[in-house]
Amino acid sequence: MIELDDVGYSYGGGELLSNVSVKLAPGSFHFLTGPSGAGKTTLLKLCYGALTPTSGAVRAFDADMRGFDRDQMAMLRRRIGVVHQDCRFLDHLPLADNIALPLIVSGRDMAQESANLRELMTWVGLTERADARPPELSGGERQRAALARAVILSPDVVLADEPTGNVDWEMSMRLLTLLVELNKMGKTVLIASHDLALIRAAKSQVQARVLRIANRRLQLAGADL
Amino acid sequence: MSGGTLRNVLFGDAQADRVVPPSGFTARLTLFASGAMAFLAVFALALSLASGRLADRWASELARSATLRITAPEDQVAAQTAAALTILRQTPGVDRARALSAGEQAALLAPWFGPGLDLATLPVPQLIEVTEDEQGYDAAGLRLRLSAEVPGAVLDDHTRWRKPLVEAANSLRRLGWISILLIGGAMAAMISLAANAALAANAQVIEVLRLVGARDSYIAGAFVRRFTLRALIGSAVGIALGLGGVLLLPAASDEGGFLTGLGFRGLGWLWPLLIPLLGASVAFAATWAAARRRLTELS
Repeated sequence: MIELDDVGYSYGGGELLSNVSVKLAPGSFHFLTGPSGAGKTTLLKLCYGALTPTSGAVRAFDADMRGFDRDQMAMLRRRIGVVHQDCRFLDHLPLADNIALPLIVSGRDMAQESANLRELMTWVGLTERADARPPELSGGERQRAALARAVILSPDVVLADEPTGNVDWEMSMRLLTLLVELNKMGKTVLIASHDLALIRAAKSQVQARVLRIANRRLQLAGADL
Repeated sequence: MSGGTLRNVLFGDAQADRVVPPSGFTARLTLFASGAMAFLAVFALALSLASGRLADRWASELARSATLRITAPEDQVAAQTAAALTILRQTPGVDRARALSAGEQAALLAPWFGPGLDLATLPVPQLIEVTEDEQGYDAAGLRLRLSAEVPGAVLDDHTRWRKPLVEAANSLRRLGWISILLIGGAMAAMISLAANAALAANAQVIEVLRLVGARDSYIAGAFVRRFTLRALIGSAVGIALGLGGVLLLPAASDEGGFLTGLGFRGLGWLWPLLIPLLGASVAFAATWAAARRRLTELS
């Protein structure tokens, strides 16, 4: 589904990632961990084409991203849902429109999609907040809204960058449950997180593979997790 | 840009326009710039069309006419006039020759001497209006014959002063069109600046739109439609005010000479209606170019 083949990434003269190879198989669940600044966010960005590797190749859905033009990259992002740590909403739009944004930009008929939107907002528990503006939302609400937006087009892959970084433990568990549910629906999930407690909690719910970035390289985490 | 892309950019969907936040400053700047430019364009167009009419009139009316002036002692004026008319009627290429009446000559002098002028009190030469036919006459040969038979006759075929007048009118016409081009260029520059400001202010919005799978043409279209519509509205207001101004200008009159008659005539009134369409086209092209450039920079 998404495959990094001997990928390296450098910026400003420094090498952040080197010889990274990993394959996210359909329906798999991965955690990506490592210390702050190790390159977790960079690796996620390489997966959805926000960054171009300085060496090696990234393949998505059996196509080499190096050959993608801008339209193809836009199409790719409709198949990969991304949850950012800082969520990134359009503050002038109400929450319901922010969640529906992928539908809007892909030209879907909103009248036909309204039932799906309502169902999704119920799933993440934000029905009552449909008309709220993003600045009025709490951290947990923002994360759930970002997750809803990431999956509204029913993407094949969901990438989440520190989705529990700004929420309490109870909300972290709730978000984790939502991501596990998505995986059980057949979605490939990759979560970048340095929260080891969350990773341990997830391992009791789903068969998760844990990857760790250390010294610019990616490795499978050991049994200590 | 392909036809499909152009259609998407121009007509898009109503939802698409909501994703770009409203921007008060750039909206006002675009409306004002396009309105002011359209207002100026109306006057440049009026000047250009009026100059064109003037140049055409001078060129056609004066090219085939000449004036014969008889300056002679009072008791010989009638005889020399009759002799000159005879010669003119015999000259190949002369279609018509007519001596101006005292009333007509007085009317010609009225702007300087006022109405009710008695020509008998002034040593005014007799004027003969000469109109040539399609072939034209031999001016040098005619002058030679007149000098021999009508010593007081001087033939003025208007060449000396007609040419610079027509050139001046044509220059004014060109100046009008150049002004319109410059106005269009200035409008494009101002709208480009406004569009760039709007795009820079919305860099984060663009990033979010890309993140959720928006194509560049979709993002650019949202900005292009907004700026094109503003330019269209601004230009429409500008030409309405400009046409109002033109209507207030003095109507064409012989007394006013060149300084009057700068407005539009007949179907010429339809020309200004093109200005909002041109303004919108300029805004479309300027915003599209700015958006594509900016989107490439932001990637």
